[in-house]
Amino acid sequence: MKPAAFEYHRARTPAGAVGLLTELGDDAKIIAGGQSLVAMMNFRLARPEHLVDITHVDSLRGIAVSEGEIRIGALTTHREVEKAGLGVLSAAMRWVGHLPIRTRGTVGGSIAHADATAEWCLLAVLFDARIVVEGPSGVREIRASEFFLGPFTTALGPDELITALVFPSPPPRAALTEYADRRGDFALVAAAVDLDADRVVLGGVGAVPTLVSGKWCSGTTYRARAAAAAGSLELRDEPGISAHYRRGLVRTLVERAYEEAANG
Amino acid sequence: MIQLVELSVNGERHDLAIEPRRTLVDVLRHDLRLTGTHVGCEHGICGACTVLVDGQPARACLLFAAQVEGADIRTVESLSEGGALNDLQQCFSEHHGLQCGFCTPGMLMLAEGYLADEPDATKEEIREVVASNLCRCTGYQTIVEAIDDCASRRRAALQDRLDRSAS
Repeated sequence: MKPAAFEYHRARTPAGAVGLLTELGDDAKIIAGGQSLVAMMNFRLARPEHLVDITHVDSLRGIAVSEGEIRIGALTTHREVEKAGLGVLSAAMRWVGHLPIRTRGTVGGSIAHADATAEWCLLAVLFDARIVVEGPSGVREIRASEFFLGPFTTALGPDELITALVFPSPPPRAALTEYADRRGDFALVAAAVDLDADRVVLGGVGAVPTLVSGKWCSGTTYRARAAAAAGSLELRDEPGISAHYRRGLVRTLVERAYEEAANG
Repeated sequence: MIQLVELSVNGERHDLAIEPRRTLVDVLRHDLRLTGTHVGCEHGICGACTVLVDGQPARACLLFAAQVEGADIRTVESLSEGGALNDLQQCFSEHHGLQCGFCTPGMLMLAEGYLADEPDATKEEIREVVASNLCRCTGYQTIVEAIDDCASRRRAALQDRLDRSAS
């Protein structure tokens, strides 16, 4: 279908975008890559009165690697990260939609959309990334562990804009893997593992990316850890996918992610 | 509300007065009458509307035209040279990489953008990339073969040029 009519506003700076959000109120929405938002608007699942386009805010693009951390501008595309040689962050991008989605979809947009199976949301929680946001009263940082509040719901204020994500330099021994019935579909289950910190983050098992600490069974095999992670979850039968099947996916994918992390 | 948008399509500049809700694919087809780009699902699943934006394949149904002001847009109409098929189109024809043809413009632009970026792509990588676009006729095998053949021919031509300049 075609989207409902809206008014278009183009921001040139982050402060300009925040100013527009403040001025236009609740019916305004930021558009970046638009790879989720435009699809929702075409379905008329979303009907914002105003769109604030940040596509032309060049200061939000790019990746800066400095000692101990990687700062990714919110408008950086998945494809740019995929080609940037950033270890697990780059390797995980092959799971984001398809190539033509990755060339437009942005890191900040993915975090703001907050799909609980989205690769960026899992990676952010796995490494407890800092989410840098700008609002009317200035810039603040939110830890990923405090950012995702519920399905498509975050700690981002209605007049705030994500400007960057700051990751600690990711350890070499980390991996993300997932399963969907068709390549490029939203994952039924996604699993990300940081072997050195012994942290496991799961997507598709709750309203937000779910952290399961590895502490419960350190010293045992990856298979035993994966089984323990799967066993610790409260899952329900849902239309088309039983709790039993989803638990099996968790077990398989966590083990696979551990192995990929261990083997680089 | 009407928005003034300046678009560069296949090297030509167009000044448009459009509603902001006009997607790039609708502008291409309805305003510029470039109907080579097809429109299928309108929510980013089928890939029929794939065009190049600054050289990279993108879904034209998931972009508002106003967002790509200043970008270099290329559609399937830009491929042929003087009315003759380009090498990629020729490969699709030789390998029977199409039957009904609905997905073909999207497949061509996807492959054109991908090969420019990854000239050394393997057949398996090509298979992975074309999974982004739906084809209900071919079973993909002939599409993969067409793109793979085009990639090898381009590599061979490049090698040939390098050899000749070295000798």
